[in-house]
Amino acid sequence: MSIQEVNRTGTSELEPAVEMVTLTIDGFEVTVPKGTLVIRAAERLGIQIPRFCDHPLLDPVGACRQCLVEIEVNGRKFPKPQASCTIPVEPGMVVNTQLTSTVADKAQQGVMELLLINHPLDCPVCDKGGECPLQNQAMSNGRGESRYEGKKRTFEKPINISAQVLLDRERCILCARCTRFSDQIAGDPFITLNERGALQQVGIYEKEPFESYFSGNTVQICPVGALTGASYRFRARPFDLVSTPSACEHCASGCDMRSDVRRGKTLRRLAGDDPSVNEEWNCDKGRWAFKYAHQDRITAPMIRDESGELREASWPEALAVAAEGLSVNRSAVLTGGRVTVEDAYGYAKFARIALRTNNIDFRARFNSEEEREFLATLATTTVKYSDIDQADQVVLLAFEPEEESPIIFLRILKQVRKRSLKVVSVAPFTSRGNSKLGAEVIKNVGNEPSEIASLALTSKSVVLVGERLAEIAGALSSAKALVEKTGAKMAWIPRRAGERGALEAGAIGNLLPGARPVKDPAARVDLQTAWSVESIPSEPGLGTDQILEALHKGDIEALLVGGVDPFDISRDAIEGLKKAFVVSLEIRNSAMTEIADVVLPVAAVVEKSGSFTDWQGSRRSFDAAVSDSLQRSDLRVLSMLAEEMQRPIHLPTVAAASKEIAALGTWDGNPATFAPSASIASKVPSENQALLTSWRNLLDEGTLQSGEPNLAATAKKAECVISADRAERLGVKDGDLIRISNEIGSMTLPARIGDIDFRAIWIPRNSKGSRPLLELGTCTHSLVTVVKA
Amino acid sequence: MSALTPVLSAFWDQKDSFTIAGYKRNGGYKAVEEALSMEPDAIIQMVKDSGLRGRGGAGFPTGMKWGFIPQGDNKDHYLVVNADESEPGTCKDTPLLLANPHVLIEGVIIASYAIRANHAFIYIRGEVTHVIRRVQQAIEDAYKDGLLGKNIRGKGFDLELVLHVGAGAYICGEETALLDSLEGFRGQPRLRPPFPAIAGLYARPTVVNNVESIASVPSIIEKGAEWFASMGTEKSKGYTLYSLSGHVKNPGQFEAPLGITLRELIEMAGGIRAGHRLKFWTPGGSSTPMFTDAHLDTPLDYEGVAAAGSMLGTKALQIFDETTCVVRAVLRWTEFYKHESCGKCTPCREGTWWLVQALKNLENGEGKPEDLDKLLDLCDNIMGRSFCALADGAASPIISSLQYFRDEYLEHLRNGGCPFDPAASTIFEGVGVR
Repeated sequence: MSIQEVNRTGTSELEPAVEMVTLTIDGFEVTVPKGTLVIRAAERLGIQIPRFCDHPLLDPVGACRQCLVEIEVNGRKFPKPQASCTIPVEPGMVVNTQLTSTVADKAQQGVMELLLINHPLDCPVCDKGGECPLQNQAMSNGRGESRYEGKKRTFEKPINISAQVLLDRERCILCARCTRFSDQIAGDPFITLNERGALQQVGIYEKEPFESYFSGNTVQICPVGALTGASYRFRARPFDLVSTPSACEHCASGCDMRSDVRRGKTLRRLAGDDPSVNEEWNCDKGRWAFKYAHQDRITAPMIRDESGELREASWPEALAVAAEGLSVNRSAVLTGGRVTVEDAYGYAKFARIALRTNNIDFRARFNSEEEREFLATLATTTVKYSDIDQADQVVLLAFEPEEESPIIFLRILKQVRKRSLKVVSVAPFTSRGNSKLGAEVIKNVGNEPSEIASLALTSKSVVLVGERLAEIAGALSSAKALVEKTGAKMAWIPRRAGERGALEAGAIGNLLPGARPVKDPAARVDLQTAWSVESIPSEPGLGTDQILEALHKGDIEALLVGGVDPFDISRDAIEGLKKAFVVSLEIRNSAMTEIADVVLPVAAVVEKSGSFTDWQGSRRSFDAAVSDSLQRSDLRVLSMLAEEMQRPIHLPTVAAASKEIAALGTWDGNPATFAPSASIASKVPSENQALLTSWRNLLDEGTLQSGEPNLAATAKKAECVISADRAERLGVKDGDLIRISNEIGSMTLPARIGDIDFRAIWIPRNSKGSRPLLELGTCTHSLVTVVKA
Repeated sequence: MSALTPVLSAFWDQKDSFTIAGYKRNGGYKAVEEALSMEPDAIIQMVKDSGLRGRGGAGFPTGMKWGFIPQGDNKDHYLVVNADESEPGTCKDTPLLLANPHVLIEGVIIASYAIRANHAFIYIRGEVTHVIRRVQQAIEDAYKDGLLGKNIRGKGFDLELVLHVGAGAYICGEETALLDSLEGFRGQPRLRPPFPAIAGLYARPTVVNNVESIASVPSIIEKGAEWFASMGTEKSKGYTLYSLSGHVKNPGQFEAPLGITLRELIEMAGGIRAGHRLKFWTPGGSSTPMFTDAHLDTPLDYEGVAAAGSMLGTKALQIFDETTCVVRAVLRWTEFYKHESCGKCTPCREGTWWLVQALKNLENGEGKPEDLDKLLDLCDNIMGRSFCALADGAASPIISSLQYFRDEYLEHLRNGGCPFDPAASTIFEGVGVR
C-alpha cells in the first residue's frame, strides 16, 4: 500500500546487465535472472507450485499462502515454510517444494483445506467450474474430503459491483488479484477489500461503481468464480465451448484474443497472452462487445426493385445486377476502417482491376489531402510497444489513449508507474486518462501546430499521433517537421482496427498495395506484373471527401462500399450516395442498406479468417472462430463480383490473398513525397462562442457495441466540459444544462467544469445525447454558441 | 529474592506525576539536555551497550534497530512509537502513559535525534480515551516548553511529534500494519522486505519501537549503559514492567529486573487469591504459550521463558487459579483472534474461524477424543503458515493448553459439557451475586 520508490533516472535501468543466479529446486539446478521469484524459477523446471494470489504481472502480495515451500539459504533453513511467490532467488538457495518436502506438502494441503472450508460446493452451477484454478488445484494439491463440519460463511448473492461485473462473495478466496489489477495495472482503484477477518470482502464505494474500462480483466484473472461477467453468467460450461485464438476488431491496439463459441454463437471473448502487445489484458469493449454479429443480420443478397424496395435475390441475380451497375466509367470504393488486411487488399485490387480506378479510400471519417500524404509516408514505419518502454518521453498529439487505444494506455501507464515516464499531451483539457498518466497537457486549441513545433524532444522520444490530428490543418505537417528535426520516433494511431492494414494494402487513392506510391511508375509496374494486367491508373484517386463531392455533382456514377456508416463521415454524405448506384457489402442492416441498390451479405470477423495490422504495423492472423458459418468474406464476394464483371481478381480465399500480399512485399523504392500544409489561423470566439472539441469515448454509440446493455451502462455519461471562467460567465455549475448551437442545430448537455482551454468546450463525439456531427454538422475546431439552457 | 527497581513507575504515586512540572521535579528532561550535546551515533552506541531489547514482545536489540537506519541518505527518517497496546492481558504502556507520558516524550526526542528523524509519531490505540488526552496534553506542554518544535534547547535539532489515534484494531500493533494504518490505509501487514528501516512510513527509513523501549532510553542516557546493563540477566539486560492480572491478591504493574520469577512476583502481589492455587498462566499475554505451576521458578527473561517453551512477550502475566476452565479461557482468546484477524491470509482468516467452532463444540462436550488430534493438526496448519504472527498467537494457547490440560478437554467430552462453575472464577465469587 505504501508509495513505492520510483527510479527517476530514466533510461539507465533499461539496459541492465542481467545478473544470473543459480539455485537448486527439488534437487535440480536452475539458473535464472537475479530478482526472479522462487515460484517462477520453479516454473522454469516445470515444477508447478500451486498458487492463487500470485500473478506474474501483479506485485507480489503473499496473501493466499498456497505456494508455501521449504527454503534453505547458506545452509540455514528458514524455520517456517515460505511463500515462494514473494521470495526472490538467491545464489545457492535450496528449495524443496511439495514434491520433495513433506512439510511443504502438508502446509499446502492445510492451506487448501482452509481455503475450502468457507467455499461453496456449487461448482456444477458456477461459471468457473471446469476451468477453475481452485477446482484444479484442490484436486492436485488437496485432500479428497474436508474435515470441516461447521457452518460455512454465506453472503447475499450476487452483488453488482458494476453493471457488467457481479460478485459472489462466498466464493471469493480474497487473493486480491482483482483489487491489485485495478490499482496497479488499470489505475482505477474503484474496488478494494473491505471489512476484516472472515468477513473481508471485495467492495466498492457506494457512490463510485466499478466503472473502469478494464474491469473485465478482473473476471478473467479471478482464480475462482467470485467475479463473473453479467452477460456470460450461467450461459455456458467451459467444456462446451470451442476456443479459437483471434484478433480484436475494435481498435488498433492489436490485442491477442480468444473467442469461445458454442454452436455457431460467440459466448465470450477473453484477452489472449501476448507479452509484446497486450500482455494478458484487454479492454471491456474488446471483451464484451461482440453481440453485434448476432443481431439484425443480413443473410441473403438483396436488390432494389423498380418500386424502390429492397427484395431478397439469389446470389447469381444480385451479382449480375451489381456487376452491371458497377460497369461504368466513373466509379469509386469506400471500405471503411474495419475490414481485415486481406479484405482491404481485395477492395484495393478490385478498384484497380475491376473498376480501373484509384478512387478508393478507407477513411470513413474526417479526411484531408494533408493526411493522405502524411499517411503515405508513414505506411511502413514500425514503432513498437517496446519503444514506449524505452522512451524518454511520450508525446500524445490529438490522441486520448484510454479512449482511443486502451492497450497503449496501459503500456504508457505501466511505464509511468515503473519509472515515472514523462507524458506530454496536446489536448483541450486534462482527461481522466491523461490525469492517470500524470501528463503535462498543452492546452491551446486552434494553435496546435505551433505548440507541436515548439516541443523539445530527443531521439528517444516517441510521438503518438492520433487520427484526430488530421482535423487540424497543418498539425500533421508540424508533427512531421518536429520528428525530422529531433529524430524522435513517430507512430500514427488510427482508432479503427483496419485502417493501418488498409493503408498498407492500398485501399487509399495515393497508394497501391504494399504501400507503393501510385505516382511512381516502378510501383505500378510491380503491380502490373504481379497482377498480370496491362495498366494501372497512374493518377492518384479521389479521397473520401472528394468522392462524396463527386457523387453530389453526379461525376461518379457507381460506388462500392464495404461497411461504412455514412453518418461517420458527414451529416449529408447520405445525400450524395443516394444519387449513385451503390453496391454495399454488409453484415447488418444500416443507413447504407436503406439507400443501396444491391446489398451483399458478408461474414463478421468471428466468421472468417484474416488478419489485422495494429498501430505498430504488426499483423495478427486469426482463423474463423465460427467454423461452420455460411457467410462469405468480403474478399470472396469481391472475387465473385469481379468474375461476374469479367475482370477477375483471382482471390477466392483468404489464404490466396495472404499469399499474394506476402509475395508482393512492401515498397522499397523511393518513398512517397510529402508537401507540408500550412496551418490556418485559429478562429477567435466571441464572448458566448467557443471552439468545439470532441473525441469518441471508448464506450459510446458505436455500432459494434450494440446489443450489450451491461457494457453500455458503464459508459461515461455525456457532458460538456467548460472552463471555470466560462461557467462563471454563464452562471452554471457542475451538472447544469447548457445549450451548444450553430446555424445547423443545437444540443443540450450537462456542464462539467474542467481545466479546459478557456476558448474551447469539449463534448463526446458519439455518445448518447451527444452526436455533434449529426446535430451540428461538425465535431471539431469550429465555432459554436454556448448558453445556459 | 529480587527487589523491585522502579524507574518508569517510580513516581506513579504522586498525584501530578503526569504533568510536565511533576516530571521535571522528579528529574525529568535532564537526559534530553545531555543527549542533544552528544553525537547521535554515540547515543546509538550507548543504547547498544546498555543491552536494551524491544519491550513490545519480540525482544529485538533496540540500538541495533536504530543502527539499521541508513545515514546520510538525504531522505526523511521517521520514528514511530507503537502504543497500540491491545494484546489480551497486556497492560503496561497504557498505565505508563497515563501516569508518566513525559518519559515517553523525552525518549522520543532522544531517539529521534539519534536516528536523525525530524518527525515522530505515536500511534495509540483508539479505545484509551483518557490516555489519549493525557498524551495529547503532554505533547502540547512539551511544545510550549520548547522541547518539541524548532531548534530544541538551542541545539539546532527540530522535531515534530504527532499523536495518531488508531481505530481499534489489534493487527495495527503489528508494525507494518501500523504503518499502513498511519498512512491512512486499512491496517494490514506489509510484505517484508523491504523492512521499515529501509522503506517504512511513506517508504522512508523508519524505526518502530514500543512505548516502554523508548521510555527506557532517558534513564540509560542519564545513568549510563553500565547502570542499565547491571540489572537483569546475561542476555536480557535492565529493568522492565511486569503486569500481573487475574487471580492474584494485588494485581498491577511491577517494575523489576529481567529474570525475576513468577514465584517472586506473586509474593509481591500478595499471593494467589485467598483459598486458591495457581493453575495456569501466560508469561507474555494470551499469544504466548501458557505455563503451569511447574514454571513458577522459570526466570522471566527472553532466554529463560523461551527455554521453557514459551515467549517473554509483553510480560503480561495473566494468573488463573484452579476455578478456571482452561477450555473456556482458550475459547475466549480464540474468539478474540478470530475477531481481530485482518483477513489478509488464508490460515489466519479461515483458521481462526474454524478454531472457534471446534473449541465451542469441545466446550459444549460435543465431539470425540480424536477431535483433539484434529484440533492439533489444524493448529499445525496455521502455526507458521500465516502472513504475520497473529495466527501463531491464536494457535499457541490451544497447543499449550492441550499439552498441559488434555485431560480437562477430555473431561468436557466425558461430562457432555463444561465441568466447571463459571461463577467460581469471577471476582464476585462468594459475594452472592449468582
